[in-house]
Amino acid sequence: MATASVGIRRPAFAARWGRALAPYFLVFPGAGWLAVFFLFPLFTLAITSLMSGDFIAGFVFTWNIGNYAYGLNLYAPQYLHSLEFGGSATLIAFLLAYPAAYWIAFHAGPRKSAYLLIVLLPFFVSFVLRTLSWETLMGDDGPILSPLKSAHILPPDFRILATPVAVTFGLAYTFFPYMLLPIYASLEKIDRRLVEAAEDLFANKVEVFRRVIFPLSIPGVFAGVLLTGIPATADFVNQVLLGGVGTTMIGRVIEQQFVANTNYPLAAALAFVFMLGLLAMLIAYQRLFGTEELMRAR
Amino acid sequence: MAVAAAARPAPRETSTVRRSRLTALLLPGYAHLVILWLFLPIIVMIAFAFNDTHGRYNFAWTGFTLRWFAHPFNIPTLTSAAVTSLWTALTATLISTCIGTMLALAAHRYDFRGKTLIDAVLIMNIAASEVVVGSALLTLFVTYGVGLGATTVVLSQVMFSIPFVAITVRARLAGFDPALEEAAQDLGASPLATFFLVTLPVIFPGVLAAALLALAICLDDYVITSFVAGNVQTFPLWVYGATREGVPPQVNVIGTLIFTAGVLIAVGGAGFRSWRARQFARESSSPIG
Repeated sequence: MATASVGIRRPAFAARWGRALAPYFLVFPGAGWLAVFFLFPLFTLAITSLMSGDFIAGFVFTWNIGNYAYGLNLYAPQYLHSLEFGGSATLIAFLLAYPAAYWIAFHAGPRKSAYLLIVLLPFFVSFVLRTLSWETLMGDDGPILSPLKSAHILPPDFRILATPVAVTFGLAYTFFPYMLLPIYASLEKIDRRLVEAAEDLFANKVEVFRRVIFPLSIPGVFAGVLLTGIPATADFVNQVLLGGVGTTMIGRVIEQQFVANTNYPLAAALAFVFMLGLLAMLIAYQRLFGTEELMRAR
Repeated sequence: MAVAAAARPAPRETSTVRRSRLTALLLPGYAHLVILWLFLPIIVMIAFAFNDTHGRYNFAWTGFTLRWFAHPFNIPTLTSAAVTSLWTALTATLISTCIGTMLALAAHRYDFRGKTLIDAVLIMNIAASEVVVGSALLTLFVTYGVGLGATTVVLSQVMFSIPFVAITVRARLAGFDPALEEAAQDLGASPLATFFLVTLPVIFPGVLAAALLALAICLDDYVITSFVAGNVQTFPLWVYGATREGVPPQVNVIGTLIFTAGVLIAVGGAGFRSWRARQFARESSSPIG
């Protein structure tokens, strides 16, 4: 009897240690990877942004805050372009995604998941290729403008490509799923009995939408705005392929300073400022809504 | 008085009926227009894979041909870029699927110190802008003298696909009954045997979906990869680089092939799921014994 109880206690002791350490064994590779290749690089980015020197002679850490002043001074218009194009693209994506998501969630019936799949299918094509197709579509002699021009509906020098409009619509297209999915998720989980209750209380369709459905979908809308707005503001592929003179966004400046000019400290300062701005937005969001909707969105 | 009260609702009713008939057309029409808009560039991409172009640029329609489909891989640098894309993305997917699944298991099964911190880092990673992450990685590799190339591409791709895997697998685990694992352990299975014989088979659809998602994200990534690739070319990098000299139709052909494969996988997966759901419904509705 005594030996049996000892025999039981020992594995229990080992099991208790195993149970206490098991989560850390499981977490270690992922947490380590993210620490080394996600969090720590943000630190080296901050350090690099305070360096001076050049690529040939080497960079030295000198608390060179001048990089920030210089960068913000020189590239204020590009930061503004990013906010402007990213913001309008987010708005356009919302105006296109919300009614579509609403229709799929409430009126597509049994074909709901089929429609959701159809909406996401285009995004199986590589992002660069899709943007390139828009370049063809919106081109001065492309399939949209050239018939309108030969029918004399549009003047021959009318153009969309190389204008802010092209960049904005390109951004709205590129990040459309990030807007649609969270909105769809929040509409989809609305309890239909609430809608029925509102109808029983003689609310008409507009009122049901305005006072029941839309308020309940707001967390999804904000998740969508965040998940669309952040990448749309930073993107430079759309701007390079669809934009023209005077549409340069800050992402392009950062990329050029890193890759073409190898002015790492200046580029790092520009990126760091951009990150702080986005972080402020993210923290504000987290305070307002928590992280639940973002987790669901993907 | 009574007549007036009874008569009053009538015109209002017809107006709402008329309005709802209008919205009944308006909303689906709008939704379908949005879907058309989403497919426009895809239609253009596929169409121009059949374009009989002779110059360097593939922007104007000059006639139908199948010759690009006959030789989709006759541009050596493009083909090698596509091959590089494929093997770096597959390697990154393999690593991040394992690591991400472990994270999901830990988060599902245990409460431990730092759990909320890890959640916050996963969210930050997803919401972080690619330009910032790419530049940060570049400063890391430059600071520590790590040569840029396929290795740094894989390291980076694993990093940004881990959160997607962890979240996808965790969603699948949410419906997983821990009693199954306890039963296996009560019957003498070791933790590892429990994982491979009980847990993995149950969550496998989720793991597979996560792996496909990670693969799609890695294959498609341009921004972060462009910062850390050095002289290595992946498919998106090659296409982006070719935009200045004109993108050859072979790019459209490869894009069309990838799109077709994606559609087949997605439609096949959806079909399989609904087939299994029907099968399951039939089994559970049939009388037992």
